[in-house]
Amino acid sequence: MKTTVLHDKHLALNAKMIEYAGFHMPVSYAGITEEHLAVRTGMGIFDVSHMGEFMIEGKDALPFVNNLVTNLILPDTTKVTYALMCDESGFVVDDLLVYVIKEDKILLVVNAGNIDKDFAWVVKQTEKYDVTARNISNDIAQIAIQGPLVKENIEKIVGTTGDDLSFMTYKTIPFEDGHVIFSRTGYTGEDGFEVYGKPEFISKMWDSAISMGVIPCGLGSRDTLRFEANLPLYGHEISESINPVEAGLNFAIKLDKENFIGKDALVSYKENPKRKVVGLELLERNIPRHGYAVYKDDQEIGMITTGYLLPQVTTPVACALVPIEHAAIGTELYVQIRQNKVLAKVRNRKFYTKKYNK
Amino acid sequence: MNVIEGLLYSPSHEWVKVEGNFAWVGISDHAQHALGSVVFIELPKVGQTFKKGDALGAVESVKAASDVYTPVSGKVLEVNNALEDAPELLNDDPYGSWMIKVELSDVSELEGLLNKEAYLPLCEE
Repeated sequence: MKTTVLHDKHLALNAKMIEYAGFHMPVSYAGITEEHLAVRTGMGIFDVSHMGEFMIEGKDALPFVNNLVTNLILPDTTKVTYALMCDESGFVVDDLLVYVIKEDKILLVVNAGNIDKDFAWVVKQTEKYDVTARNISNDIAQIAIQGPLVKENIEKIVGTTGDDLSFMTYKTIPFEDGHVIFSRTGYTGEDGFEVYGKPEFISKMWDSAISMGVIPCGLGSRDTLRFEANLPLYGHEISESINPVEAGLNFAIKLDKENFIGKDALVSYKENPKRKVVGLELLERNIPRHGYAVYKDDQEIGMITTGYLLPQVTTPVACALVPIEHAAIGTELYVQIRQNKVLAKVRNRKFYTKKYNK
Repeated sequence: MNVIEGLLYSPSHEWVKVEGNFAWVGISDHAQHALGSVVFIELPKVGQTFKKGDALGAVESVKAASDVYTPVSGKVLEVNNALEDAPELLNDDPYGSWMIKVELSDVSELEGLLNKEAYLPLCEE
């Protein structure tokens, strides 16, 4: 199993460890609820070094990436862009973040579980372009520091304030004898930063944060936080069989862009939508989980993509993929939980109001 | 991990307290610890009958749902509804938090369960 540079520190903190995407990763330290609330009210730090990074270099870097992904990538070296890589059928190879380092040098950040598949896909697409793609995932560690108190404290951890950064922007900052990428981004719905750099730099920042009392957070709270903030997870709300239009990610699909892989298919999904990822709330206490079947009366019509009884929320909530005719707010559906069919109502997916520094 | 005298245990980490023809069933300290903070409990209905090894209900943390298997066959006489409103009791006091009271249909099944000494090694993991 692969490990990150912070692996020994997780063990020393007595984290509950699991295998995730081939890595031995912390799922929680003090507890998922405690970590979730630390990020919502204070500060939490996540080891996200398992994420994949590809560097695209060459004269055609910008047109190459614009053909590869659904969102519009501008030659703006301060902007971070969320986008999807689709195949020709419009289904999702992965979702990713795009950092334009220079016009001929672009960083792609992909999901850990998809690194090998994504890299093969990206390399295959380079044929018609003057670019090279390098998988630099093993050379780069990453932490996410998230929560409302982070902005006042980040300077003590990374040596620079983030005051000049708004949500989804970044800069390269000096650290020790090198540099790191410092971005106002995250996967929690809260204000905060992510830092990418050499493993030894990230390791030092982790130690500073922990010694300041920033709460270490594992993959468990990472998932409850992203779900509550209505951020999709690959393999759940989007996948090789759920397209981004169904997932409600139109903001990241620029159909007025000249061309990109999957565009024609996405145009037709948008014109003629068949399914939709909706929010659900259960009308009795139980927990809807990924993969549970969703019924309209006696007919199985869909499935839960993610569901939780969230910390400090009394109503169990979920996202579910259902046919468009059953997607209207207020529609009554049932979730099969073990032997019971539990009544649920379609609602919006805004389980939490995001607190970004726009 | 706390394992107490006077109870019988199953390899799937349930405990049974026996009095005559009646038994109370809960989950062990090891089970609650492995699960983490319990946020939801599903209990059966009074009057339901189970065979040894059937899922009697479920305990769930934020992240995971685990079935609870009855180590004994019988009819459910009572369920501990207090746990539905305060599932954290399973973490705080696993041996005080029985889930169901059962009328045993086959007392000889108890011979296949484990005492404290026999169960302890199963908590090493």
